[in-house]
Amino acid sequence: MGIGSLFGHRALLALPLMGALLLIGATTGCISVNAPDKPIVIELNINIKQEVVYRLAQDANATIESNPDIF
Amino acid sequence: MTMVSMRKSIAALAGAGLVLSVLAAPAPAAAQNRDPAYAAARASGQVGEKMDGYLGYVTPAAPALRAVVEDINIKRKAVYAEKAQANKATVEEYALTSGCLLIAHTKPGEKYQAPDGSWQTRGDGPPLRDSRCP
Repeated sequence: MGIGSLFGHRALLALPLMGALLLIGATTGCISVNAPDKPIVIELNINIKQEVVYRLAQDANATIESNPDIF
Repeated sequence: MTMVSMRKSIAALAGAGLVLSVLAAPAPAAAQNRDPAYAAARASGQVGEKMDGYLGYVTPAAPALRAVVEDINIKRKAVYAEKAQANKATVEEYALTSGCLLIAHTKPGEKYQAPDGSWQTRGDGPPLRDSRCP
């Protein structure tokens, strides 16, 4: 019983420490790398404005017509 | 102008003419039509026009067709990049604009990508396109 309670105490004392370590691990994990690639690409596409598409349309049409092998 | 310099300029002109005719000669060859494998895959609906201005696979493609399509997409990207720079736009902007037009140019029976990402078969009516398309 003596040994058991000693272990129990130690485990209890260690819990907050482990929790803190886990938290640090979790936050650094979040900050470091995870999400970036795909959302950025989608954002770029959404950021393409209609007026830009209209401005480029005539030139793009000429480009398509002059490259019939790849379009 | 002395006789010698005149001869020189005539020679230069002749040289320029030669260069021009050499340059002009391959032009019709460059304006040739679609690769037969690409044309067939397009007609059978194996490949279609994506919204982003590139070709996509509607059904899993054999390696030989894949090679042809990847080659076309690489060439498309090169053309988009060059034209985008000339028009002070990004490659993505130029490619998306081209995608709009290429989808509009599809013939009935050919495949294209709708704004929701699904593959559609072009019917007789207008295709489903991005709201930004001209």
